[in-house]
Amino acid sequence: MSTNSKPQVGKKRSRAAETWRRLKKNRNAMIGLSLIIIIIVVALAAPLFIDYETQVINQNIAERLQGPSLKHLFGTDNLGRDIFFRILYGARISLLIGAVSCLICCTTGVALGAIAGFFGGKVDDIIMRCFDILLAIPSTLMAIILVAAFGTSLFNIILAVGIPTLPQYVRIARASVLTIKQQEYVEAARAIGATNFQIIRTHILPNCLAPVLVQATLRVATVIADAAALAFLGLGIPEPTPEWGGMLSAGRAFLRDYPHTVLFPGLAIMITILALNLLGDGLRDALDPKLKK
Amino acid sequence: MSEKIVEIKDLYVDYETDDGIVHAVNGMNLSLEKGKSLGLVGETGAGKTTTALSIMRLIPDPPGVIKKGSIMVDGKDILSMSIKEIRALRGKYVSMIFQDPMTSLNPAITVGEQIAEVLREHDRKMSKSESMKRAEEMLRTVGIAEDRIHDYAHQFSGGMRQRVVIAIALACNPQLLIADEPTTALDVTIQAQILETMKELRKKFGTSLIMITHDLGIVAEICDEVSVVYGGRVVEHGTLEDVFNNTKHPYTEGLFNSLPNINNRTAMLRPIPGLMLDPTEDPPGCPFAPRCAYATSECEKSKPPLITFSDTHYVECHRYKEPDFKLQGRD
Repeated sequence: MSTNSKPQVGKKRSRAAETWRRLKKNRNAMIGLSLIIIIIVVALAAPLFIDYETQVINQNIAERLQGPSLKHLFGTDNLGRDIFFRILYGARISLLIGAVSCLICCTTGVALGAIAGFFGGKVDDIIMRCFDILLAIPSTLMAIILVAAFGTSLFNIILAVGIPTLPQYVRIARASVLTIKQQEYVEAARAIGATNFQIIRTHILPNCLAPVLVQATLRVATVIADAAALAFLGLGIPEPTPEWGGMLSAGRAFLRDYPHTVLFPGLAIMITILALNLLGDGLRDALDPKLKK
Repeated sequence: MSEKIVEIKDLYVDYETDDGIVHAVNGMNLSLEKGKSLGLVGETGAGKTTTALSIMRLIPDPPGVIKKGSIMVDGKDILSMSIKEIRALRGKYVSMIFQDPMTSLNPAITVGEQIAEVLREHDRKMSKSESMKRAEEMLRTVGIAEDRIHDYAHQFSGGMRQRVVIAIALACNPQLLIADEPTTALDVTIQAQILETMKELRKKFGTSLIMITHDLGIVAEICDEVSVVYGGRVVEHGTLEDVFNNTKHPYTEGLFNSLPNINNRTAMLRPIPGLMLDPTEDPPGCPFAPRCAYATSECEKSKPPLITFSDTHYVECHRYKEPDFKLQGRD
């Protein structure tokens, strides 16, 4: 539309596009990302191909503890349920726990951290000391206490595994805000009459997004592992809902004679966490401005 | 007498740090008529920036405290305003250009959004597309092609960024623009361009200007009046003509002597000996006395009086009480 358009000096490239370009070059991160996409697609599509009532939770004692075969790809468990289908369905639970707890804790944690860092003083002291206390309690212990106290509903489990990750978000957000609020453009924003809220929203948060994003990706993995650990300890989603940790726990009794009952759920947990960690590491490199060429 | 855009009277600003109280501004008096431009000249640490920040009430508090004095902007008392009133003033009536364009733009959002932000901040009803349109106009006004509106700060050179900063500062058409060493971070050729742009825009919008600088060349280029600041006070004030051609204060003379002379290129520079006084101290006498070639014992003992030479020109110096006192002059 502009008639006197001069030759473009630099290609219009947003930071997201720039990060994506660098992430694409990182083979490990791309493997991680592909695996995650496959797991998400499988989790979303599972109900289209598998009937929950008949194929996932229906017990069939006649076919119990069969090894992998064409009929049962990963074999069956001690109640004759197809492990393959249960793993596919279990991905829904694990991803749901990971995503929702991450979303809730990331937003709360970052908001609190930003407030602490921005306003400083007493507000900072109170918020940070609270999270220091939280940080002093081992995360698994914390999760066990919370679930034991409030019961094993899905939402409780999401909170139980999420709350121990809160201090990480708070600290990361606070640290970035502390550096960013010293920047001249924050002072400049104040000089044009911006309010504190506006300064935090438009000037500070977008600039501390990178470390938070990396942290969130890595935390999804720990949250999934923690949820599996809870289930393994018998504090997870109750049977017969398929849950990877719960399947591990149930298969433990048959480990010696029927290792496939533990092997496949274990692999599912491992691959998901590996994929998330690969992506997280890749993101950290891609977002690091020092590596910019 | 025409209307004053800024009037600062007897302003004292302290920074109360753990290591002691720093007296940054000690009885500053400043005034500027509408549409005029004032140069605030002095060494690093003389209190120029603190004065400018206090006009916008941007002194970091803590540790900064405005001890006493008054600041009137366009007849309104800044110091008694609520935060909300001040916020409405910032950017709309008084704008500021910061020293380093490399750091005064947000790297995470486009320059267009940053210009539009000021506009929308002061006119909540303005639509996004309307503000972006105005942002395009502003970019064109400061000499940047408007199709670069979606670019990020890192895609611009230093001079271009400072133009963007100027566009942000002038977007709301403020009455007063405070420029805090706007060209210090730029190289000389770009400096000249930026000054030229500022001069043109000032003419176009009729904005009053306070130019903070330690570069006397810039003052000569752009200012109508000059205040020479030392130790948080104005030690000499006058029109450009008064201060440049009829220099009275020994410190001002020292500043001129520290510049290379274009007519005598082999001449040695004569820097002012010594260092700026420790701002945590409050000497009983003239703050410049320890470094002054003309200082007498009286200078060390009591504060210098205000000596006026004309309606526009005054200094604070003991020696002018002697009727035939004269500076030795410049090379």
